[in-house]
Amino acid sequence: MINQNPKKLPMPEQDPQIRSHNFNEVALGYTDKMAVEEASRCLGCKKPACVDGCPVNIHIPAFIAKVAAGDFKAAYEIIAQTNSLPAVSGRVCPQESQCESRCIRGIKGEPVAIGRLERFVADWYRVHIERRPPRPVSNGIKVAVVGSGPAGLSCGGDLSKLGYDVSIFEAFHTPGGVLVYGIPQFRLPKEIVRHEVDGILALGAELDTDTVVGKTITIDELFEQGFRAVFVGSGAGLPMFMHIPGETLCGVYSANEYLTRVNLMKAYREEYDTPIQHSRSVAVVGGGNVAMDAARCAKRLGAEHVYIVYRRSEAEMPARQEEIHHAREEGIEFHLLNNPTRILDNGEGSVGGMECLCMELGAPDASGRRRPVEVPGSEFILDVDTVIMSLGTTPNPLIRSTTPGLDTDRKGCLIVHEDTMETTRSGVYAGGDAVTGAATVILAMGAGKKAAAAIHRTLSGSEL
Amino acid sequence: MARLATIVRREALNSTVTLMEVDAPLIAKKALPGQFIILRVDEQGERIPLTISDYDRKKGTVTIIFQKVGLTTNLLDGLGRGDHILDFVGPLGTPTEIPEGTGKVAVIGGGVGCAIAFPQAKALHNAGIPVDVIAGFRSKDIVILEDEFRKNCDHLYLTTDDGSYGEKGLVTNKLKALIDGGNEYDLVIAIGPIIMMKFVCKTTEPYGIKTIVSLNPIMIDGTGMCGGCRVSVGGHVKFACVDGPDFDGHQVDFDELIRRNAAYKGREKEVFKDHICRLQQLKDRM
Repeated sequence: MINQNPKKLPMPEQDPQIRSHNFNEVALGYTDKMAVEEASRCLGCKKPACVDGCPVNIHIPAFIAKVAAGDFKAAYEIIAQTNSLPAVSGRVCPQESQCESRCIRGIKGEPVAIGRLERFVADWYRVHIERRPPRPVSNGIKVAVVGSGPAGLSCGGDLSKLGYDVSIFEAFHTPGGVLVYGIPQFRLPKEIVRHEVDGILALGAELDTDTVVGKTITIDELFEQGFRAVFVGSGAGLPMFMHIPGETLCGVYSANEYLTRVNLMKAYREEYDTPIQHSRSVAVVGGGNVAMDAARCAKRLGAEHVYIVYRRSEAEMPARQEEIHHAREEGIEFHLLNNPTRILDNGEGSVGGMECLCMELGAPDASGRRRPVEVPGSEFILDVDTVIMSLGTTPNPLIRSTTPGLDTDRKGCLIVHEDTMETTRSGVYAGGDAVTGAATVILAMGAGKKAAAAIHRTLSGSEL
Repeated sequence: MARLATIVRREALNSTVTLMEVDAPLIAKKALPGQFIILRVDEQGERIPLTISDYDRKKGTVTIIFQKVGLTTNLLDGLGRGDHILDFVGPLGTPTEIPEGTGKVAVIGGGVGCAIAFPQAKALHNAGIPVDVIAGFRSKDIVILEDEFRKNCDHLYLTTDDGSYGEKGLVTNKLKALIDGGNEYDLVIAIGPIIMMKFVCKTTEPYGIKTIVSLNPIMIDGTGMCGGCRVSVGGHVKFACVDGPDFDGHQVDFDELIRRNAAYKGREKEVFKDHICRLQQLKDRM
């Protein structure tokens, strides 16, 4: 029986008043009963458009049918065929612009809550099924993966399943890349990331943390050590700043630094040594998901006022609707059509306020979004003691500058062949933000998968 | 697996400065003067950068020398021979660039900064470049690396603030005297307290002598990712971890660096007080 309800079944969440003071997960997930009810809204289309909308092509109607039938284990096994990190993508994917945007049910109502169902299935499996899939027989072929973020984990996971001897190299002391240093605990609990990583290691992959490829060891040395292919999923890189006066004052952070202190180094927990400024009033400059994450962390660390300062209007904000909504619910204040012009010194070398200028929207620019134009004489001072710049990143030159034969585009992103993800250097593949610049977790996972398939084709001469 | 670094030698150089030689073969293989490592003492620990003081490619060891100034350096000091440092990452940063055809060089170290000045002097000396070292300390009881320097330079000039050892006075006085006395330096490398580096640069500027300084801002990852280590150099913002840590001292905004390095001073003392017990815990665990 198809559930005719035109609306998605809401997922329980922590109350905004309470959650804005803790780092526990905001969304609480469906119960078994809720999952079955929502799964029954799926029409099971013969030509499912949702699958095309998924960067890793999960067999969506098939797994949802199993959920509707109450066979959650079978549902997980279907997802796991194409997705190495379902508990992660079920939480952080922008489903509204991917699978769910293609759902037939979305034409006359809301689409099926595919993301929530994926999350439910992954969580159910983690809690109920302890046994890991058997470790594949090794084929003795060594492949190196640089970076243990979503691209690297997905590539390493797929190659491990095929029997390759995978070694994953991570610069930080903890695996997960942006999943651990960037995305906060309250959106993606680190225990879940660790569980997913452990799943890949259980397949036989080895993990070397504290290893900066390009510094500790070069890609050439990896080949000398007998690795037959190298996948580079080294992530986004260096944070951008505005180059306005006052940006080197104490209390001005990049979002990368702020989030790394809070998430990776756990500065929010008393028993950890890494310090963080406990701010009274914070301006986060930028309008992406990272800006929302930084703002919501600042709120949880006790700031009375947290402002999002963005030079365009809400319609142009790159952040997901859901993130903007959650931020608003938690009391984040939005200063839209405002652009910072300088950061003021409080007289002691720290932030004593931020001067902004009002903007209005003019004609569309190259990105298709309406270009913000300054309103002369509209300067005002925002009373803040902390500024977090969340303006995006530029690719890290560490690997390209130490690896001969790796070509990059004008922005410094690695150039790859679209079908194979192979770089301009034979045997070296790349994917994720190192190739695309800042993008989504699921796109990075898709790229890692595609590269794994191409590596397998090249090294074994056979298709997946 | 994490890159555990086992301590193979530990030596107290004075009451607050400790030397540790650790087993880190991959880093020892690559390290060059001017580069640094990032370490984390234990699971709750912060990540701190320390410049590499020496390396032995054959033995596969790296030497660090640090002063007990805060929580992490005190925790680190609590470790002994045979203990492990939980994470030890490197070599990071850009090695010091000595221009081709450089003649005589003056290497200036201040206090614990001598630990970082030492590999510079050694590398230059080994390359056959004439090196004068000026090593300055507050007083006789904190002098470090005297013998090591003597073996790796042409002239060693020791100064102390109180005159209890070597010549009384500041390194800048000695440098000026040497320059005025006819020593023609192509390059000065100054490593020590920020204020010392600032005044060495002020001393060399009128003479037009290129001066390299090694900066030590607050860092987390050490690979360019966090941007916490930004310093203003010639009016441009640079990341010390990837663009440095060496910079042209005549271009550096030292006052800003002094302010930025004090960003967590108040908080760290507070944490330190609360966490004296951590030191005991760490020792108990060993």
